[in-house]
Amino acid sequence: MGMTVVEKILARAAGAKAVKALDIVEPRVDLAMSHENAALVINQFNEIHQGTGREPKPWDPDRIAIIFDHRVPAEGPKTATNQKLIRGFVARHGIAKFHDIRGDLGGICHQILPERGYVLPGSVVVGTDSHTTSHGALGCFSFGIGATEMASVWALGVALNIEVPPTIKVVVTGRFQEHVGPKDLILHLIGRLTAQGANFRVLEFHGDTIRAMSTSGRLTICNMSVEAGATSGIVPADAETERYLRQEAGVAGPLAPVQPDADAVYEKVIEVDVSRLEPQIACPHTVDNVKPIGEVAGKAVQQIVIGSCTNGRLDDLEIAAGILKGKQVAPGTRMLVFPASGRIYSQALEAGYLQEFMKAGAVVMNSGCGPCLGIHQGALGDEEVALATTNRNFKGRMGNPKSEVYLCSSAVAAASAITGVITDPREGGR
Amino acid sequence: MGKVVLKLGKDISTDDIYPGRFMATVLPTETPQFCFNDRTEFNAQLKAKAIPAGSVVVADENFGCGSSREQAVSTIRGHDLVIVARSIARIFLQNAINLGLNLVICPTIEAEAGDELEFDPGKVRNRTSGKEFATEPLPPARQAIVDAGGLIPYTRKKLLELPAR
Repeated sequence: MGMTVVEKILARAAGAKAVKALDIVEPRVDLAMSHENAALVINQFNEIHQGTGREPKPWDPDRIAIIFDHRVPAEGPKTATNQKLIRGFVARHGIAKFHDIRGDLGGICHQILPERGYVLPGSVVVGTDSHTTSHGALGCFSFGIGATEMASVWALGVALNIEVPPTIKVVVTGRFQEHVGPKDLILHLIGRLTAQGANFRVLEFHGDTIRAMSTSGRLTICNMSVEAGATSGIVPADAETERYLRQEAGVAGPLAPVQPDADAVYEKVIEVDVSRLEPQIACPHTVDNVKPIGEVAGKAVQQIVIGSCTNGRLDDLEIAAGILKGKQVAPGTRMLVFPASGRIYSQALEAGYLQEFMKAGAVVMNSGCGPCLGIHQGALGDEEVALATTNRNFKGRMGNPKSEVYLCSSAVAAASAITGVITDPREGGR
Repeated sequence: MGKVVLKLGKDISTDDIYPGRFMATVLPTETPQFCFNDRTEFNAQLKAKAIPAGSVVVADENFGCGSSREQAVSTIRGHDLVIVARSIARIFLQNAINLGLNLVICPTIEAEAGDELEFDPGKVRNRTSGKEFATEPLPPARQAIVDAGGLIPYTRKKLLELPAR
């Protein structure tokens, strides 16, 4: 019986000839990523070792990545002290894949991992962050876990008791209209699947549209696969994956891409034709409350956010800067831009995008998760509305349960910044 | 047996259970204060210790969707609440098993705030309405972690089976 990409990856990682959906496996882990919540992982890791007579030493420091992004620079003493504790652990165990708060090496974990070549096709990646699904864009099986589970991985080097997820095949065809792209595709798909439609399942992406899509776009769709409940999204590695890894991530070693078998067993197949897809908006307070832009155009917004692990990459900034060029952010609306990494920040600076944003009246912030999760910067006031390229719009997400968050692409965000209301970028800002 | 103290709808996110703005607080000893923080009345009752251990939160499908933050589990566990949900999001379910949260998956549960629920193997009985509802067993691999008392003792045992580094 044929296997899907994830089944093949898990079989290889578990040392089995073949696995099928719902089998229980213990795959070896190729990369284990954490951010500030490494503070809790360290706590749990120490607890595992208590009474064993063994020193709490991670199984393989080279397979651990720690990136500070959720609250950078620290918003208060608690975070700062946890970051300090993590730095001590990193130094003690010689963890080289550590990205501190820096303009050159820093950024959001889900940007750092691909751009530094830490994730490779065919590998197993776990992260203490639900958007770890992102890295499936490079053809690996990458999924989110909790801090205690990560402590277990640090101790053993394997993920325990993993149920092989059934796979849903998503075939995407057609060419996007101008100002419509991967974010609109994934929002549309989440609307169709619902917030739980892919629970405990993998979304495996195929079709001409995916083959023609850049790695950046693939990161966007895999990133948000979790919003349909998916364990992971995955794009089988192809020529674009190799181009990205060689040219942008500087990977020199051999690559071992994995393709699905022709007779792989899928739970179901979903087909999407994007040629007539309109810009999509996820409306409060669930990500699956998705509407075509025509149904929400004209809604006044007080805060525009461009950035995050979903849409803070160079192409997102390029699109937004192109729309904003020579225009102004509307009075009564504020616009915040968070490049996803220091590298992207530098590239956007050199390309002149950041200058365009500032001239338009936007505020360019440092790389990090920023306002996405409502803890650090860019909180909303009571009854305020944000339009953001981020990934979640749950009640209270942007720091205030009395506010609303709408989700969109960077093109929609930029066009709407000019007008102060949700605006279809195909019609342009007034 | 436990009384339903909170009835929730579907797709209750971890931002609802434990808002992101409290994520700097990580230790299970400190997270319970922020449990359902933005449901201010319920949170106040929890903090006033007005809700007895073993009380039940009933939820519809996809409870715990969203972030992987483990605080969303430790905050509920800190108050010894029982979660009865029609279905549970993946990471929350795994975190709950790992930390030993008392959780029942009951795909057809019908209960209102104030109802008394009784738990038997394989079923939940709503003593107020008189109706019974079948529960869904955990997959065996997850049950093994529950039986070990959580992931920390389970991993500890596995660690001791390995040669020392």
